[in-house]
Amino acid sequence: MSEASQGTGRGPSHRYVEVGVAIATALFAIIVMIGSLQVGITWGVEGPRAGFFPFYVGLFILISSGFNLYAGFTEYSPSKLFAEWGQLRSVMSVVIPTTVYVLAMPYVGIYLSSFVLIALFMKWLGRYPWGLTLSIAICVPLLTYFMFEKWFLVPLPKGPIEDMLGL
Amino acid sequence: MEELANLMHGFGVALQPFNIGVMVLGIVLGVLIGVLPGLGGANGIAILLPLTFSMPPTSAIIMLSCIYWGALFGGAITSILFNIPGEPWSVATTFDGHPMAQQGKAGEALTAAFTSSFVGALFAVIMITLVAPLVAKFALQFGPAEKFAVFFLAFCSFIGMGKEPPFKTLVSMMIGFALAAVGLDSVTGQLRLTFGFTEMLTGFDFLIAVIGLFGIGEILLTMEEGLAFKGKAAGINPRVVWETWKTLPRFWMTSLRSCIIGCWMGISPAGATPASFMSYGIAKRASKNGANFGKGEIEGVVAPETAAHAAGTSALLPMLSLGVPGSPTAAVLLGGLLIWGLQPGPLLFVEQKEFVWGLIASMYLGNLVGLIIVLTMVPFFAAILRIPFSIIAPIILVVCAIGAYTVHNSTFDVVLMLVFGVIGYILKKCNYPLAPMVLAIVLGDKAEEAFRQSLLGSQGSLGIFVSNGLVGSIMFLGLVALLWPVIADGWTKLRTRTAA
Repeated sequence: MSEASQGTGRGPSHRYVEVGVAIATALFAIIVMIGSLQVGITWGVEGPRAGFFPFYVGLFILISSGFNLYAGFTEYSPSKLFAEWGQLRSVMSVVIPTTVYVLAMPYVGIYLSSFVLIALFMKWLGRYPWGLTLSIAICVPLLTYFMFEKWFLVPLPKGPIEDMLGL
Repeated sequence: MEELANLMHGFGVALQPFNIGVMVLGIVLGVLIGVLPGLGGANGIAILLPLTFSMPPTSAIIMLSCIYWGALFGGAITSILFNIPGEPWSVATTFDGHPMAQQGKAGEALTAAFTSSFVGALFAVIMITLVAPLVAKFALQFGPAEKFAVFFLAFCSFIGMGKEPPFKTLVSMMIGFALAAVGLDSVTGQLRLTFGFTEMLTGFDFLIAVIGLFGIGEILLTMEEGLAFKGKAAGINPRVVWETWKTLPRFWMTSLRSCIIGCWMGISPAGATPASFMSYGIAKRASKNGANFGKGEIEGVVAPETAAHAAGTSALLPMLSLGVPGSPTAAVLLGGLLIWGLQPGPLLFVEQKEFVWGLIASMYLGNLVGLIIVLTMVPFFAAILRIPFSIIAPIILVVCAIGAYTVHNSTFDVVLMLVFGVIGYILKKCNYPLAPMVLAIVLGDKAEEAFRQSLLGSQGSLGIFVSNGLVGSIMFLGLVALLWPVIADGWTKLRTRTAA
């Protein structure tokens, strides 16, 4: 995949993503260490306190992030791309609908949101005819319903439509 | 010969009609998961785990382990026909498998791959049958310090043996430990690292992490690469199978060597991927056809497949006998044990004989059933791969979401899954390994508990970890594994100097 991103296209430099990730892990480490300090990292009557272990875990992440930050600057040339903008656009074309999908799920239920997600994908990215799109978008949630709610008796989140149908 | 009697009893359990049924179902689902992009052994099992909550534990583990065998078989199909390794350990299979398919010898390559997988798995299962009870008996004497030392060894092997930069492996692993620590502290019963968010009270479930990191992350990677599946036809029929089987015994030496490499690498958590590469490399050097490797040599399919399957199977040995999984998939299976109310570790062999031996017997049968299923159903599975990604992708997203939801019936987990997915995509692109993170999330609490209990016993002195020969040698092995690249480097330098 790194070969593919060395093409002629434009996109964010791999070095900056590398550096960004190292900074993000360092921030994560600091949050973990602060959280550990809040519950105590010393010895109490019951032995090492709750923050003892995670504090040092955080410290390890912080130190390693430093090394990774240094490696990000030295080992990656700025001309090497993380990915081309076009590739990132394809990635976002999955991330954005999926974000809407997971955020809408508690309100409209899993069946309706899955129907919309599949239909959108097939119509927008795949450009399939309506017949095929609708049949797959309807069949998958229907199959899910029977498999989970009927055979394995695992309830899935439902919304107003399912309530209306009395399911 | 108590073990033999136990094994026979295990066969009795595994051969119950219901268990045979879940075995076949598991294999078919497993191959399906193995060939579909975005679904692999670990997250496939994580998604299907909730379906087994209502099953008896023995049937549940048989189904899930069969999904694992199926996924291992499935990886070979995509590697050979489509030049897309379904799993990282199938990468080496593409080197010679895909050229064979291009030359119209897909049937031979697939038969060789499946048969080698079967041989590798069989070798590893026999090894598990013989060795696991002994290891478990030995491990029963372990105190907290020894337990921590075993965890230490496992995690050090990741850093020293992995091909990723050591500090990236360390970061990934420690993030896993930190995520595992969130929520209720099991020793003091205190809440920690929740920062007042009620959603974080129960901590991060590793199943959600697995589904997100491996499932969603993989889909994003596939989207970026814009894969168009251009596959070769899978011409496989009984005559091809028979003809290939006649040629395979010639490679017995390669097979045996690959089995041993696979078992060795599988037990140490470095795992199946390095095993398959190492086995391929050694076979290339040792074979008289070595120069033809990479151009469609059947031996180049036999070597990595045997080793990968042997490693994948023997990864279950430390999981069963020590409670330390050797691979992400084994980690998910271990998580399953906890959910079904079983305590993984050496006591399993004493307290849950039927479960353990039922599982081991099902490994023999499952791999045999798997071999038959993949040999007969390859064209069907290959056809699934031809379904365009724009249809498969949303369906896999829906399946992942359902899997994440059913773990705790929580829609917040589904959001978390997506977050893990995006993080997984970025980390994977930046060459951070994800397996150590997952293993650390699963084992974090146990490793911490062992560490703190050891320190309690010693009044806070780290000397406890070298206090006797056993714990000292395990810790020493851990340090050797950790510093392995440095040691190996020094050794080569020393040898060239003495030679010169």
